[in-house]
Amino acid sequence: MQRIGVFVCWCGSNIAATVDVEQVSRALGKEPGVVFSTNYQYMCSQAGQDLIANTIRDYALTGVVICSCSPRMHEATFRKTCSRAGLNPYMVEIANIREQCSWIHKEKATATEKAIILGRAAIAKVQLNAPLVAGTSPVKKRALVIGGGIAGIQTALDIAEAGFDVDIVEKKPTIGGKMTQIDKTFPTLDCAACILTPKMVDAAQNEKIHIYAYSEIEKISGFVGNFRVTIRKKARYVDEAKCTGCGLCTEKCPQKKVPNEFNLGLDTRRAIYIPFAQAVPKLATIDANYCTMLKTGKCGVCSKVCTAGAIDYKQKDTFVEEEYGAIVAATGFEPIKLDKYDEFAYSQSPDVVTSLEFERLMNAAGPTGGVLLRPSDKTHPKTIVFVQCVGSRCADGRGKSYCSKICCMYTAKHAMLCREKYPDTDVYVFYIDVRTPGKNFDEFYRRAVEEYGVHYVKGMVGKVVPQDGKLKVQASDLLGGRQLHIDADMVVLAAAIEPDKSARPLATMLTASMDTNDFFTEAHPKLRPVESPTAGIFLSGTCQGPKDIPETVAQASAAAAKVIGLLAKDSLTCNPCTAQPDEQMCNGCSSCEKVCPYGAITYADKEFRGPNRTTLVRRVAQVNPAVCQGCGACTVACPSGAMDLKGFSNAQILAEVDAICR
Amino acid sequence: MPVNEEFQPTIVAFCCNWCSYAGADLSGTNRMQYPANVKIIRIPCSCRLNPTFILRAFQRGADGVILCGCHPGDCHYTSGNYFARRRMTLLFSMLDYLGIERERTRVEWVSAAEGAKFAATMNDFVATVTKLGKNKRLEDLRCSKA
Repeated sequence: MQRIGVFVCWCGSNIAATVDVEQVSRALGKEPGVVFSTNYQYMCSQAGQDLIANTIRDYALTGVVICSCSPRMHEATFRKTCSRAGLNPYMVEIANIREQCSWIHKEKATATEKAIILGRAAIAKVQLNAPLVAGTSPVKKRALVIGGGIAGIQTALDIAEAGFDVDIVEKKPTIGGKMTQIDKTFPTLDCAACILTPKMVDAAQNEKIHIYAYSEIEKISGFVGNFRVTIRKKARYVDEAKCTGCGLCTEKCPQKKVPNEFNLGLDTRRAIYIPFAQAVPKLATIDANYCTMLKTGKCGVCSKVCTAGAIDYKQKDTFVEEEYGAIVAATGFEPIKLDKYDEFAYSQSPDVVTSLEFERLMNAAGPTGGVLLRPSDKTHPKTIVFVQCVGSRCADGRGKSYCSKICCMYTAKHAMLCREKYPDTDVYVFYIDVRTPGKNFDEFYRRAVEEYGVHYVKGMVGKVVPQDGKLKVQASDLLGGRQLHIDADMVVLAAAIEPDKSARPLATMLTASMDTNDFFTEAHPKLRPVESPTAGIFLSGTCQGPKDIPETVAQASAAAAKVIGLLAKDSLTCNPCTAQPDEQMCNGCSSCEKVCPYGAITYADKEFRGPNRTTLVRRVAQVNPAVCQGCGACTVACPSGAMDLKGFSNAQILAEVDAICR
Repeated sequence: MPVNEEFQPTIVAFCCNWCSYAGADLSGTNRMQYPANVKIIRIPCSCRLNPTFILRAFQRGADGVILCGCHPGDCHYTSGNYFARRRMTLLFSMLDYLGIERERTRVEWVSAAEGAKFAATMNDFVATVTKLGKNKRLEDLRCSKA
């Protein structure tokens, strides 16, 4: 029989207001095995922890039950407390009487009764707890950053700065991400390329950073400190070692009609291309979907003009296998497709563009050389209407329920730049709310209104109809209480942003959780915002939620700090709650091996005592505790009941069931 | 005890540590109400649940048992909830054969972000089991409160 101490936390009034803590500690004090029971205002405080530690010593406790907040919150804290007092940390059980009791019930009598039952279940479990000793596993001192946008680049640079090797995997032919397509950045209006391209070059030149551009993640296995990743290097049909990036091939390629994704299809490129002048790595890539040579076998112009002999039409995808201690997801975002918003005539008129397309039309390296021209007839637009929240804050299910966060600011920027470059244009912005929290953000927006004379109209655009070379915009002015009819030359839609499509399959490979919008979930929304709940997986940038560039960079550096903290360790403590076979009961049937997702189970021939002093050799299961993650799949698969899970044993769970049903 | 007191079922909820237990915590953090009849047991993964645990709960007088795990494809251990789903299918088949109301046992996928879904699921499940009344068929009277 254990000697159990019960500690009931008030959590200020969080628990004590709905649960009679005095009654709970009194009732639990009468449970078998309980030698001490008390309640205290804040168990997690220093005084509370001292109370636990002193009681463990004074009463020679062998088990501790703490009725408090969720074990996801303070289990680690209390385990450390017990460890300090000389008790094995795995002799602690938490009864969750805050998140799963006091916070969800209003009536004191029922909440108190439930708290007692939850406490009883924890006591019943701790009766069967056994001291566990955590093993250790080594840490591979190399990090992987998935995504080479500004988030991934910043994370990689910071990790490299600390002296660790880091690899960037980018699916596109160049790193840089969405920021390469942006013209100016708010609220300072400095040029995006001027601040981004030096960082891209830094990353490429840093000897600690290796960039796998035009590559994708194929497979991920392993666990924190020991991930094993297969990277698919997609065939560029260009030898990376030989290509000098001179660009001659991209001028001579006869296939000229390929939509240029860098300019969002506003112009065309060749089948062999370098995405943009400052691309890193600066290598030509053949687009297999358009290359005449690859499709029909008849052309070969690029290979003839290439003086370096870098063209290789027979190149195949190659695979690289690497080991990493930590993985950072930095997969970024993309604007949503607007096919569900046909009232804005996006599919009907080339003069209705998204904000990112508008960004390219304003950019000196864009399809118009930085001169704002209507895509349809290449004339200067005189009246431009900006529509905000296209697909953001959407209640009707066509778009996203969340606020995309960056649109108010970039729309103010676009409006301001239009008025600055072309003072004769009329600029209207239709909005639901203008949201400008951030350093110098509201000042920026007010400048657009007050200094640049942008017409901000509260209300939504109902319809855009292309007619006689104009765009007839019907909108409501909520503050003026009237309908507006504007003959616009261009309409710019602030499309909502959503996580990149590659994030969902990646999350599955990483076993990292996502929310209903496919943004990665953080380990704690406030206190652990850059970590995934899955150990060793970190989050950088907009894959976690909508963010602007300053926030993305801040989060990228924060993620790097967490990675550095992990890689600085030589070894990690393993989870001691692993599977354990009872060799006497095991009949070596292999059922457990088949369900183990980690390949932690092997078999060994062992000698056992047979009848009449004979020796029998039997095949029995062996679990590698460094590899076992403790899911428990094998414990249920085992037909003879030989496999059990330490910390969540059959007996322990059944004891909890019995205590709850008592 | 008042004679006409409304029947209060005993409900055991097995929640996986990574998704559903966190979802339950989230519904608490958001102060979403669900009946106190639900008592949660934390397990590492829905695949840790041996279907016999459910039978044991019914034997000991539980009126309803619910298993919550990560959504298919989102399991923290890659494939655990698929095992759980298959095992529960077999258990349902056996419960059908025994003539036990299928509504007393339920499987739900609740992610760590779905606090509202957790509360709604529990409200619905408690209402369903309350309507079914006391579990008389599987309760072992030898185990009941002496």
